[in-house]
Order: sequence, then structure tokens, then C-alpha cells
Amino acid sequence: MSAPPRAAQLHVIACHTCGMVLEDAPGHPGHGRCPRCGTTLHRRRPNSIARAWALLIAGMLFYIPANLLPVMYTNMLGSGSDNTILQGVVEFWHGGSYGIALVIFIASVVVPCSKFLILGMLLMTVQRRSTWAMRERARLYRLVEIIGYWSMLDVLVVAIVAALVKFQSLSDIEPRTGILFFGMVVILTMLAAMQFDPRLIWDSEDT
Amino acid sequence: MSGGELKTFPEWVVCEHCDSVYQRVALANGQVARCERCFAPLYRASSLDAERWLALTVAAAIMFVIANLCPLVRISLQGLHNEATLWQSAAALAHGPAALIAVPTALSIIVVPFLQIALLGWILVFARRKRRAPGFATAMRMLVVLRPWSMVEVCMLGILVAIIKLSSFLEVVPGPGIWATAVLMVLITIIANRDVHWLWDMVEARPTHSESRT
Repeated sequence: MSAPPRAAQLHVIACHTCGMVLEDAPGHPGHGRCPRCGTTLHRRRPNSIARAWALLIAGMLFYIPANLLPVMYTNMLGSGSDNTILQGVVEFWHGGSYGIALVIFIASVVVPCSKFLILGMLLMTVQRRSTWAMRERARLYRLVEIIGYWSMLDVLVVAIVAALVKFQSLSDIEPRTGILFFGMVVILTMLAAMQFDPRLIWDSEDT
Repeated sequence: MSGGELKTFPEWVVCEHCDSVYQRVALANGQVARCERCFAPLYRASSLDAERWLALTVAAAIMFVIANLCPLVRISLQGLHNEATLWQSAAALAHGPAALIAVPTALSIIVVPFLQIALLGWILVFARRKRRAPGFATAMRMLVVLRPWSMVEVCMLGILVAIIKLSSFLEVVPGPGIWATAVLMVLITIIANRDVHWLWDMVEARPTHSESRT
């Protein structure tokens, strides 16, 4: 079976918001507006690679303080302590709550790190116009889109715990700066994934 | 074909992930059309008509109100009690040096789900009479933009982790808000995470119909 034609071969352009397929007239530079919903049309997202790199690198830099700085201050019956995300994971593990330790480890380490690696790899291979494993790379991109926001788990756990535990002198739990960086990593990597245009993977095929 | 009006191809569909072009074919219920080149889903057969979709949206709205008014969790420690709602959880982040993170948190668990429900409700109330709601295009564009930022399911997992975390040294009782959040999670997935493209075709078929129907 022959491969399906691509939009550029048929001189059409599709609207990202409403799915309308339009003629990509030579007079139009591909940056007109969709007549149905008004979204700006792009053949490819403008500056996709540069913007995705910038957001990805910013996210990676923020990931360092996100892990080094405490995310939560816990005061139990007078004795206070600052905790980083990984200390929390280790505590759960030693306490025998392997499942919870694993869930937090996946949300705070496995998900963000695989996003860094996958997005970095996708950007590099697209820049080299590589035709290697295109279908698998396309699948990896969709995986990054799906798992992206689960890292927000850490932020939400701190929020709920801090909202609940407020017994002044007895015990108190407060958010700390690390959680701000953690949230920024999630947001920046989500934006980086949105900026990446997966159609670029397949453009290497044409030349 | 030159000039202002661009030719459109309503019978075609383009894969968002690799730009492959296909002819639209009718699908049976539950079927998904996938791209041959990259395997991304192109479109799905929708088992919901506007009427049912609106009903689920109203149900989601009710669950949203309960989830926001009722406490998610109650805890007690040596005779003292405390409880927290969704809103209080987001507000708890607003204290101290990490205060900024309260903004995206409140957006992702409260504001975005609220907007999704409100926009869908608005669109569907009109769509069930085959009419285009005022501001239809803007509302549809917003739904597409909002989708990745709705985190009710992550919030649900967060509540469960928080319960297990606290139950080692406190007495923890789930409140009514947690059940509402769980149902809301399922409903939001059904109503907002689906292919909304067909709504365009549905309300587009009879653009001048609106006057005669009211």
C-alpha cells in the first residue's frame, strides 16, 4: 500500500482548532486565518525548534533547585524539619509504603526526566533531519503529551497536606520554595511539548 | 480560486501529527480512524449526541459545585479537627515563599475545569437545537487551548496520596468532596477530552436556521 499524500503535496493546510482543510494558495503565505474559527493557520508552528529548546532548557535548569530545595516544612509537636521531594520518597520507602513511594518517585523523577530525554532526542533528530524510527518517535511524542501533567502531583499533595495540617503548636505543615520550582518545571516542559511540531519528524522523509 | 475566498475540503481530514491527508469515512460506534503513517488517532465515532452530552455536562456542573463546597478530607489529632476543600488546598500554597505556585494550581484544579464545564454547557444548550451559540468560535477555540491544563485526575491522585501520607500519624476521614471529585474526574474525561470537531459540522449545516427555530 502506498503512503497517504501529505498536506503540502496536495497544497492544503489544516486548521488546528476546528480541523477544517483549506486550500493553501500560493498567494497566501500559510499564515492566514481559518475562515471557520478564526485561528491563525500555520504550515508548521513558527520557530518551533528554537522555542521548544528554550523552554526545555529552562525546565531542566529549574529541575535542579526543585530537587535540592525543600518542598515542605513539617512541624510535629515542636520539632520542625524541611523536606525535599526525594527525602519524602525515601521516608515512604523505609516506612514500608512502597506503592506510595513509587507513585511519588514516578511523578517527580521518572516523568520529568523522561520528558527531558524524549523531547531533547526529538529536537535533535528533527534538526538532523533523521529518518530513523519515525513512527516510534511520533509515538514517543504522543506519550510525552499524555504523561506531561502528572508531575503536578507533588504540588497538589503539598497543597492538600498544608491545607489540612494546621494545629498551631501541635503540628503544622507549610509549603517551601522547592515546590515553586517543581511547578515551573511541569509548566515549562508542557509548554515545550506544545511548541514542538510533530509534523517536523515526517518532513525529513520528503528530502 | 484566487483572491479572498479559500477553497475548503470538508470531506478531507488531515492528521494533526504528520500532515497526512485522508478522505473522511463514516465510522461505526466506538471505532477510531487512525493515521496510516504515524498511527495517531484522526477522529472517533461519537456515541454522544448533543442532548446526552449536555446532560453529562450538567451532571459535571453539579459535581463541581459539591467538590468545591464540601471538604475533601477531615483529619483529627488529639481531639482537634480540621478539614479542607479544593479551594482551601490551592489557597494553602499562597502562604510563604512559594506563594506564586498557588496561581497555576488554582487554575488547573478549579478555574480550568469550571471554564470547560461552562463553555461546553453554553455551546451545547444551543447546539441541541442545531444553533450556533453567541461566541461559538471563541468558545471552541478556548476549549482546545484549555484541555491540557485541566488536572482533575491528577488532583484526585494527589488527594489519595495525601490521605495515605497523613494516615500514618493522624486520623483521616474522606469527606463528601472526595466522592464528588472522583465523579467529576470521570465526567470531565467524558465531556471535555473528546473530539469536539463534529460540533462545527453540526451547527454549520444550517447557518440561517436559528431565526426560524426560536
